Amino acid sequence: MKKLINRVEAVVDEATEGLGLAHPDLVRVHAEPRYVARADAPVQGKVALISGGGSGHEPLHGGYVGRGMLDAACPGEVFTSPVPEQMVEAAKAVHGGAGVLFIVKNYTGDVMNFELAAELLQAEGIDVRSVLVADDVAVENSLYTAGRRGVGGTVFVEKIAGAAAEAGASLDEVERIARKVSDNVRSMGMALTSCTVPAKGSPTFELGEDEMEIGIGIHGEPGRERMKLRPADEITEMLAGPVIEDLGLKGGEQVIAMVNGMGGTPLMELYIVYRKLAAILREKGITVARNLVGNYITSLEMQGCSITLLRADDELLRLWDAPVHTPALRWGA
Amino acid sequence: MAGDEPATVDGERVRAFIRRFAEKVAAHKDELTALDAAIGDADHGTNMDRGLQAALERLPGEGAAPADLLKAVAMALISKVGGASGPLYGTAFLRAAGVAAGKEALSPADVAAMFKAALAGIQERGKAARGEKTMVDALGPAVEALEAALGRGAGLGEALAEAARAARQGSDATIPMVATKGRASYLGERSRGHRDPGSLSATLMMEAAAETLPGGTEA
Repeated sequence: MKKLINRVEAVVDEATEGLGLAHPDLVRVHAEPRYVARADAPVQGKVALISGGGSGHEPLHGGYVGRGMLDAACPGEVFTSPVPEQMVEAAKAVHGGAGVLFIVKNYTGDVMNFELAAELLQAEGIDVRSVLVADDVAVENSLYTAGRRGVGGTVFVEKIAGAAAEAGASLDEVERIARKVSDNVRSMGMALTSCTVPAKGSPTFELGEDEMEIGIGIHGEPGRERMKLRPADEITEMLAGPVIEDLGLKGGEQVIAMVNGMGGTPLMELYIVYRKLAAILREKGITVARNLVGNYITSLEMQGCSITLLRADDELLRLWDAPVHTPALRWGA
Repeated sequence: MAGDEPATVDGERVRAFIRRFAEKVAAHKDELTALDAAIGDADHGTNMDRGLQAALERLPGEGAAPADLLKAVAMALISKVGGASGPLYGTAFLRAAGVAAGKEALSPADVAAMFKAALAGIQERGKAARGEKTMVDALGPAVEALEAALGRGAGLGEALAEAARAARQGSDATIPMVATKGRASYLGERSRGHRDPGSLSATLMMEAAAETLPGGTEA
């Protein structure tokens, strides 16, 4: 393992501390329990959005704390869900009297810890709702699994629900918007290499020089299929096809598209993928209304990418375009 | 009849149980993690050990009631373990504490009710049923064996020993199962052939109970 770290046990604490020092105007970092909060929180009368999950997916979630997006993020250990104490303390620090919305990726540990946190907060009289993100089409049959994993769609839910909350929408309304995004967003990813979790010290899985895994999760969980490496255009088709099909996208519809890097893939290659994705959508008569190309939800230094599509309408586009100012996402502000 | 037996399990026996459970998990830490590496994310042993060591540090002092000890374990597990096993075991201990609340000592029937409540809490939290390759596959048979043994008049020691054996058999039975819960579920058929790590830690818990809760005076 060759990493720019000091001590394995300190990786998450030091990274979180660094985020706070780099963006003191946007966020403040709380150490025990660990959470990242908006610098100006609590914002009175505003629904507070809180997310979190294992670390190692930066900029998710701490990078999305700020105006127009999250009020707080709770980073767990690398690839391990945060514990309820983090969510409870974060919620108490940022709620502005209008309720709290948890945005939770569908992983068993995340779901349970957020559920416990919600129960504890409700017992204290804070209104808490949760929206689950489960957008990974690589996990096909939810009857026989813990359900689809929550991946790239999380960025869309956080941005759009964040805009609604910033505009002063009620908890019911923010929850409705978040669910609308969650219902209309799908993703699929692939890996060229494994990542190495610092505490483990060796790659999570082995992939041959000439191999790739299609349908990989953001922790390097197995995907749909391991196969020989193909050209970028073919890989893009393998990812985009199931996403378009699962969403049931038809000609005349519009989408917000994301080509996301897993952490170890250069932007050059992501643009090659976006080029093909744009062509596939154009051919089907689907308009890309907005797009993101870059590292938004990563898997440490894994090489690979994921494609996320959100079926968009005027309401979602208006909220997407609303000003956002966070360490990792900024426009209009 | 079980209900007529004298209340025998006091706080110090509960403390001994918690200690023994922590010792067993520490001793099997690498085995638990290796099992988890095969079908999950390779942290069950490390996480449970971290949580139980934290629990030992937080146990209230001598003379504490069973419920206070169990609650301290629950809170330590919930706040230190993370992943799925923190909330699952935390809920189990919290529910057990609920049954023990207000009692200085527990009857065998109370002990059975505690494990039953713990199982129900785990099933509720994890939405898991038997046959899904989880800790429920060890705890379910253990609770049944415990209740059946007490029902036919066995003493607490004998009943818990039977429960521990049933847990071990239940854990063995997870080996050929296909996981449908947790991260192992994404492996589908590839999860077959591996013991569920949660079923092993649950077995260790029942074995710790059998070795400590009845104390040395059990007939």
